[in-house]
Amino acid sequence: MQLIDCPWCGPREEVEFHYGGQASVAYPETPAELSDREWAEFVFYRDNPKGPFTERWSHAAGCRKWFNAVRDTRTYEFLATFRPSDPEPAVLRRDEEVSA
Amino acid sequence: MTTQLPDHPDFLWRNPEPKKTYDVVIVGGGGHGLATAHYLAKNHGITNVAVLEKGWLAGGNMARNTTLIRSNYLWDESAAIYEHSLKLWEGLEEDLGYPILFSQRGVLSLAHTEQEVRDSVRRAEANKLNGIDAEWVTPEQVKEICPIVNISDDIRYPVQGATYQPRAGIAKHDYVAWGFARRADEAGIDLIQDCEVTGFTVDGDRVTGVRTSRGDIGAGTVALCAAGHTSVLLEMLGVRTPLQSHPLQALVSELLQPVHPTIVMSNAVHVYVSQAHKGELVMGAGIDTYNGYGQRGAFHIIERQMAAAVELFPVFARAHLLRSWAGIVDVTPDASPIVGHTPYENVFLNSGWGTGGFKATPGIGWCYAHTIAHGTPHPYVAPFALDRFETGALVDEHGAAGVAH
Repeated sequence: MQLIDCPWCGPREEVEFHYGGQASVAYPETPAELSDREWAEFVFYRDNPKGPFTERWSHAAGCRKWFNAVRDTRTYEFLATFRPSDPEPAVLRRDEEVSA
Repeated sequence: MTTQLPDHPDFLWRNPEPKKTYDVVIVGGGGHGLATAHYLAKNHGITNVAVLEKGWLAGGNMARNTTLIRSNYLWDESAAIYEHSLKLWEGLEEDLGYPILFSQRGVLSLAHTEQEVRDSVRRAEANKLNGIDAEWVTPEQVKEICPIVNISDDIRYPVQGATYQPRAGIAKHDYVAWGFARRADEAGIDLIQDCEVTGFTVDGDRVTGVRTSRGDIGAGTVALCAAGHTSVLLEMLGVRTPLQSHPLQALVSELLQPVHPTIVMSNAVHVYVSQAHKGELVMGAGIDTYNGYGQRGAFHIIERQMAAAVELFPVFARAHLLRSWAGIVDVTPDASPIVGHTPYENVFLNSGWGTGGFKATPGIGWCYAHTIAHGTPHPYVAPFALDRFETGALVDEHGAAGVAH
C-alpha cells in the first residue's frame, strides 16, 4: 500500500482511493457524426502504456473529488497528482532508471 | 501425486541460436505460445517455427496463475472454446507423453446473493444445453462436497448455494509448459529464451520480421502470444486494441495435510482456493484495479482476500502465508479474449484472456495453430475477433469469468 497525494487533502492511504482509468477522454463533440469505429474508440479503446500514464483517481473515502495523476505503470509510483483544472505537470520520464 | 517426477527442465529442450528466418515466429514462450507451437507441428506439419521468449520459458503468467481448469462459461462462444480446451486437457498427458498432474476434482462457484443464485442457476442450465457438466447445489450439498466451507447463515455473506462442475480441475503449470516445450522441440521447433522483441520490420501491410535483443529474425507469419504485454508489442506496430494490463495476485500457504478436496470460487467475497498436490493452499484474488506491468500487487488486495477466505474457511485462520506474486493479465471490456486478424495480413493476435488464460492453454493452442496454418480463424475463435468492439457483437462474460474485472 502506498500514500497517494490528494490535491485537496494531502497524502492519504491507497485504500481511500478509487481508480478511474485514463484521464482526459472527452465525450465526442459531434456524436451524431461518429462512425462505428470512432464510437468503439470512445467507448472501449484506452491507452495502455508501460511507463508514465495519466489517469483519473477519486478520493472516494475522503473529499470524494476526482483528480488526475501521472503514475508509472512499471513501478506504480505516482510521479504527480493534480486537479483536473490544472495543466498536466511535466514529469521526468525515467526510462533510463527503470528497467522495462 | 504418485506420478514419477519429470526430468530436469534444462534437458527437455535444446537452446538453439536463432536462425535467419522462420515460416512462423511466435512471440511469447508461455503456455499459449508453446501449445500453439506443439499443435502447429502435430496438426499441421509446420515445424520451421521459432518461439521467442524475452525471459525464461513459461516464466510469465504461466508461472504465476492458480492453475484452475473449467469450462462452465455462460455464452455459447465461450463454452465452445473452453470445453474444447477441457477435452484436450483430459487427454493431454497421453498426447504429451509427460506427467502434468491433471486432477479433476471439481469446482464449486459459490453464490451469496439472490441475484447470484438466479445468475448461477441460469449459467448451470446454459452449460447443460451446451453439453457441459454443471449443476446447481444447495449449501448442504456444498458442505458434502467440501466439508471445510462455512455454510452458517450468520456470516456477512452466507453461502446460498453453488454451481458445481465435477470435471473441472487443476494441473501442475510448470509440467504443462515443459511437456508442450519438449514436444515442440522434438518436432524441430526452436525455443529461444532471453530473446526480447524490440521492434518489427514492415513492408506495406505485411511484417517481414522481428527485431530482437538477439538480432533480426525474418518471419513468414508472426503470431503474438504475449498476454499482458500484447499492448507493448502492438504499440510498435501502431495497432490499437481495447486491452488494459492489470496485476492479478495470487498466493500460497505453507504445506498442509489434505483438507480441501475440490476448488472453491467466490466472486462476491472474492477469493478462490484449491489445494496443490504438495499441500499448499493456492489462493487467487481479483485483479488490482489499476493498470500495471510490475508483476507485483498491492497488499490491501491480499488483506481483503484473506478476510474473505477465513470467513468462508475458518480452518484456514492459522495457516501461514508462504509467498505471493502477481501476473500481468490483459483485460478486455467484455471479459473475453481477442483472437484473429490484425491490420497486418500476416500478423495474428492472441490476447485478452484476462484471468482465464491457463485453462484455455491447449484449446487456444489448437485453434490458434489452425488460424495460423489456414490464414483464417478457427470457428471456435472466430467470434473473438477484434472488430466485435465496432460491430457490437460482444461476448459479455463478466459473470462466468469468475473474477471481477
